[in-house]
Amino acid sequence: MFSPHHKSHFEKLLHILLIFSTGISILITVSIIASVLFEALKFFKLVPLADFLFGFKWSPQIALTADQGGSSGAFGAVPVFLGTLLITTIALIVAVPAGLFSAIYISEYASSRMRGIIKPALEILAGIPSVVYGYFAAVAFAPFLKHMGERIGIPIAAESAFAAGFVMGIMIIPFIMSLSDDVMNAVPASLRAASLGLGATHSETVVKVVIPAALPGIMGAVLLAISRGLGETMIVVMAAGLTANLTLNPFSSVTTVTAQMVTLLTGDQEFGSSKTLAAFALGLSLFLTTLALNVIALMIVKKYREQYE
Amino acid sequence: MSKVKFSKSRKSAHLSPPPFFKGEGQGGGGQIPVDNLSSPHLASPLSRGEGSRWRGARKIKNPLIAKRKAAPLLARRKRRENRFRFYGILAIAFAFGFLGILLCNIISSGYSAFAETRIRLPITFSAGMTEDYFGAVRESLKNHFPEVHGKPELFRLYALISRDAEMQLKDMLAANPGLLGKTEEVWLKASSDADMYFKGRITKNTAEAYRKLSDHQLDWLEFLASEKRMKKTFNSTFFSAGDSREPERAGILSSMAGSLLTILCCMLTAFPLGVMTAVYLEEFAAKNWITAILEVNINNLAAVPSIIFGLLGLAVYIGFFGLPRSSSLVGGLTLALLILPIIVIATRNSLRSIPPSIKDAAIALGASKMQSVLHHSIPLAMPGIITGTILGIARAMGETAPLLMIGMVAFIADVPRNILSPATALPVQIFLWSDSPEAGFAERTSAAIMMLILFLAIINGAAIFLRKKFEVKWS
Amino acid sequence: MTVMSETRMQAKNLNLFYGTKQALFDINMDIERNKVTAMIGPSGCGKSSFLRCLNRMNDTILNCVVKGQVLLDGYDIYAKAVDPVLLRAKIGMVFQKPNPFPKSIYDNVAYGPRIHGLTRNKGELDGVVKDSLKKAGLWREVKDRLKDSGTSLSGGQQQRLCIARAIAVNPEVILMDEPCSALDPIATAIIEELIGNLKANYTIVIVTHSMQQAARISERTAFFHLGKLLEYGDTRDIFNRPKHEKTEGYINGRFG
Repeated sequence: MFSPHHKSHFEKLLHILLIFSTGISILITVSIIASVLFEALKFFKLVPLADFLFGFKWSPQIALTADQGGSSGAFGAVPVFLGTLLITTIALIVAVPAGLFSAIYISEYASSRMRGIIKPALEILAGIPSVVYGYFAAVAFAPFLKHMGERIGIPIAAESAFAAGFVMGIMIIPFIMSLSDDVMNAVPASLRAASLGLGATHSETVVKVVIPAALPGIMGAVLLAISRGLGETMIVVMAAGLTANLTLNPFSSVTTVTAQMVTLLTGDQEFGSSKTLAAFALGLSLFLTTLALNVIALMIVKKYREQYE
Repeated sequence: MSKVKFSKSRKSAHLSPPPFFKGEGQGGGGQIPVDNLSSPHLASPLSRGEGSRWRGARKIKNPLIAKRKAAPLLARRKRRENRFRFYGILAIAFAFGFLGILLCNIISSGYSAFAETRIRLPITFSAGMTEDYFGAVRESLKNHFPEVHGKPELFRLYALISRDAEMQLKDMLAANPGLLGKTEEVWLKASSDADMYFKGRITKNTAEAYRKLSDHQLDWLEFLASEKRMKKTFNSTFFSAGDSREPERAGILSSMAGSLLTILCCMLTAFPLGVMTAVYLEEFAAKNWITAILEVNINNLAAVPSIIFGLLGLAVYIGFFGLPRSSSLVGGLTLALLILPIIVIATRNSLRSIPPSIKDAAIALGASKMQSVLHHSIPLAMPGIITGTILGIARAMGETAPLLMIGMVAFIADVPRNILSPATALPVQIFLWSDSPEAGFAERTSAAIMMLILFLAIINGAAIFLRKKFEVKWS
Repeated sequence: MTVMSETRMQAKNLNLFYGTKQALFDINMDIERNKVTAMIGPSGCGKSSFLRCLNRMNDTILNCVVKGQVLLDGYDIYAKAVDPVLLRAKIGMVFQKPNPFPKSIYDNVAYGPRIHGLTRNKGELDGVVKDSLKKAGLWREVKDRLKDSGTSLSGGQQQRLCIARAIAVNPEVILMDEPCSALDPIATAIIEELIGNLKANYTIVIVTHSMQQAARISERTAFFHLGKLLEYGDTRDIFNRPKHEKTEGYINGRFG
């Protein structure tokens, strides 16, 4: 009657199945790195790593017609990296203040009714696919900007970095807002009470107590937002340029890592040519950069959470 | 988008009221009179006979009331407070304002796509029609505008009616063979340019060289319109046709079917894998450094840019396994990798919220761990799991970049036959159409965006509804 | 001839509502200058709520309505023209669980003076910080590590830091909400001694759940029950000759 429970075959099978599926999840990360690495290494056999990382000329089209090797020095990715950084910076200049202040308002000032309206509304904003933002940027915002520029006398390209970056910033706002909101709510109410009890105004409490206390979490949020911006594809493919341009002028046209990846891989060339391999090299750079940012960000946030829970 | 939760508890900005005492209401308890509880030794200010201190004190300025001149610092602080509040409102208004502009723009440019223009012409259903259906249209137009001569002008005249009229007449004849020999007034689909004219997008205000329609063409259309031979009808083509070179024949059917198949493949892969992984990690795996790394791994996967998953799909599914490019299977499998972390995280959170007492109760009754998980934990966690899955579907539905990478950029006119045939997805269709210069495609792109947003709204709404309905409060 | 003690603060017909639920019923109470007034009673009886009325901290709670008056030196602190921000510099508060800011010890104490612009230069501020820490009995222990984080101190030290922080803005009244309940007996003893020293310069109102503590450190004691002030008088009288049967019951531990 009290015989030990024998795991039925079914249960054993189930157990194995569970382990198996967990293994698959690991397999994914490994295979991402492996496959991207593999193809990228093929590329670096054709084009030296130093040329890629530090070269200033990016024109893959020329490379193909010149020779299949591509060692004509047309795979210097610096303009592409710079373009990505330029657009992401513009996006963050828009998103961080707006996102942070929105988060402050809804977590510190808004009534719970307002909060109940604004938060879901922002989830809606967050749920709009990037292709929609990209379309709007390309068809409405960039031309508008160009037109405005003409009026004032500043030459703005039809596919300016500013247009793409601005719209990308708007897309990132809900992301920063919801992360900052979580982070600020984690600051204990007792600290706020202490500050108010000493006669500080609400804004002083937020600026001098809450935000400094929440700073690591906010930094983590910003890092994640940067990572998001670096990896964003549709907005830049549709609204930013496709030719590499080494410049810091936000009103000129630049290209990004993701846009280049798309152009290189959606042409009619066979898999394995130096063009497609270049896309993998770009992909590897992107993956490693965002991985580093994410790991650091999640580590900061974890330490921050442990402080308060 | 990755939803990394920073804190589980929600501490309000304001202090919460202390635990409320269990009062019996007002005036409860005993009938004890409330004393004036000043001690007899204490002189309360208002009971003092002599005026002195207090009355005199009233003449001294109340230090608690700050006059502007006397306390510029306080005034500055107040101003800063108001400014600060204002910035918050400004930020929110900015975000929503932009959203409003975006939506208005899309809707105003897209709503007209839901109507298509038709032109009524008398069509003679002759026996030789089956060779060349469009010929009957040409005949009709020639008869209607006898003054038009010369090939170039005649071509321009014929260009007013869509080539789709062929299918239309063919279908009419097939449905009703008795039409043979008769002449009927048929509402034929107008070409895209004529459609744009009727919707007011092409007018004589622009110079002829910059227009898609010549002056003559505009005159003919005006004439037809004045004869009440032009009308707008519901654009069912948009929902019943696949992609096409001509805007008036283009629809979202093939891309919607592609989206559906892709998401189906995606869910059939991601859901079981995700739930099982989460169950294993949460319930069975020992809490050691391996599981810690796995957790970090999954959280990081959630933040990897989606285009990288496209690269993976390209390299592994297409390059290594040789699966057909741009098929819904490959698309689905690629998106599955993207969605997997979302489902895992949602399932884990859902499982964590179940109080251990329930699982303990099952085990105390003699159930094995597996049984308690299968029969108790999973069913109880199901609402959270389903909600997370639905949000994953919403995410998958809007993804474009990975699908571009695996080749879904081709022109797909037909509904995909199975998961291995070439397909495209709705967001990709939007991307492809956005490149086309025709005004007809511009309005259809906006209309397709409206449909996409509508579907996403429904899906997200379903998730919120389910979440509210099945929210179990573990007291 | 009895010495006329002065009233520092006075509650007149004070009623407090959280939404529709009433928490305080018609409280009338005088708080005397430079004395320690203790408030005792079973948990949930409204003493903390009352304490928070005295510095208008209840303003930060939603749906909280105060009816009646609270006078500081004869002026109603709930008058329209009164700014709570200035008020709270005059009436300081120390909380149940020590809550130093995650800043340096120096910055913790300097926080109040900086906000209210009480000093003109760094030298004056240093002086205020040193003075406050001395008055709180913490100076000797931290004078060499003012840059250390406030949270690196022990529980008792943190609470003394909070007291120093409150003192730094030069208040006239210090409110304390069960300041020792999260501390061990030794730290408690230190704080009680500190309170004894502080009352020479400040008026202290303390909420405590420990009757023994009230008996040890206060001159006046108020007994609250179910939102009403049932008895109020000299501590000795309350404990030895309670007039009210509920007071007597509470003191003798018949309910808590």
